[in-house]
Amino acid sequence: MIEVFRWLVWREMALALRRKAEVLTTLLFFVIVVSLFPLGIGPEIDTLRQIAPGVLWVAALLASMLSLNRLFADDYIDGTLEQLIISSQPLALLVFGKILTHWILTGLPLVLISPVLGMQLGMDVDSIIILMLTLLIGTPVLSLIGAVGAGLTLGVRGGGVLLSLLILPLYIPVLIFGAGAVESAQAGLGVEAHFSLLGAFLVGSLILAPVGAAAALRISLD
Amino acid sequence: MLESIDLTCVRGDRTLFSGLNFNIQPGELLHLKGHNGSGKTSLLRILSGLMLQAEGEVRWQGENIRKLRDEFQKNLLYIGHLPGIKGDLTALENLRVNNALGGNSISEDVAWKALGKIGLKGREDLPARVLSQGQQRRVALSRMLVSNAKLWILDEPFTALDVKAVAMLQNVLEDHIKNDGMIILTTHQEFSVANIEVRMLHLGLSENNV
Repeated sequence: MIEVFRWLVWREMALALRRKAEVLTTLLFFVIVVSLFPLGIGPEIDTLRQIAPGVLWVAALLASMLSLNRLFADDYIDGTLEQLIISSQPLALLVFGKILTHWILTGLPLVLISPVLGMQLGMDVDSIIILMLTLLIGTPVLSLIGAVGAGLTLGVRGGGVLLSLLILPLYIPVLIFGAGAVESAQAGLGVEAHFSLLGAFLVGSLILAPVGAAAALRISLD
Repeated sequence: MLESIDLTCVRGDRTLFSGLNFNIQPGELLHLKGHNGSGKTSLLRILSGLMLQAEGEVRWQGENIRKLRDEFQKNLLYIGHLPGIKGDLTALENLRVNNALGGNSISEDVAWKALGKIGLKGREDLPARVLSQGQQRRVALSRMLVSNAKLWILDEPFTALDVKAVAMLQNVLEDHIKNDGMIILTTHQEFSVANIEVRMLHLGLSENNV
């Protein structure tokens, strides 16, 4: 079972590294969207600092959604997805492997680049650390929930838009508590409650999302 | 071994077939025939557990395949219309990954040999996207050479293959049958497997039972 998981992660990584452009798109989108705000709002550092948590979180959320409809689409088109479904290995495990690599390739880069963008918006060091931590816990949740939506909209015409409509409402709690934690940190308030809730979202989606996405894929391929 | 009991398949509001009964035992080859749109692919997808039938059930060793799941899927090799190979991976990587994900890891040596045997010598290290249609088909079919599955379900395996490859493939099918394997396939091409009686099943006729 572990071996199958390793092979899947290897395959996903190899495919992504041979097509670097797709990985970079998400990251560049994130950087550009965040950079647009100072240009649109003006250079007052106090205003920017105030909106920074929300801007960074919304941008991260949109960026991670950008690559979601490709999560299963390629495998669906070339037939490797049907081979995964009839594999003797548990489908939920294979799906989890795909989600994990999706996060490593699209979510983790956002976490790593976020300090630079935070500084650009005038955030102080403490809130930047909190921002990174919230993104580190929050972006996997986005990938996990997104996978269920990606599975459900697979093969549907105009699936991309439908996916956004389906998934964005589910992202709201993550956005509220993710951005909320950073705002509290900026205001000098405690952030434990926010982190507890983000952690709960992560645990919940870790358990439910792979199974849900696997079921969605079976339905989509029927 | 594999039994189809009163299978009914409905796509949209059309009934493709209904009350389909047959079974296949070790050492048998079942050739599925029928005109385009008669439900051959649908039947193969139902038998392999990819699609859910409207009515009836598929049994493997007397048990519903939906209940058995991995027990059945370990014994199944399904090669469909779609090649199931990644253009950015080499032929060798494709074969090894596909096998590993199917639950049957093979060593690099075995994979090299299989690709050589199926006529891809010297192409093992090329990304699959630069291969021709027929060569990509061969990459997909090379799984048959290393498979330890008992039941092979092949949807149009001969498409895009040249005469030599078809002949080779027929030998592979023959070997599998001789080793007490089971094969269900569809093809519009004429083919013959030496010393083996091929059972036919016609879809799209009024008489559905074998």
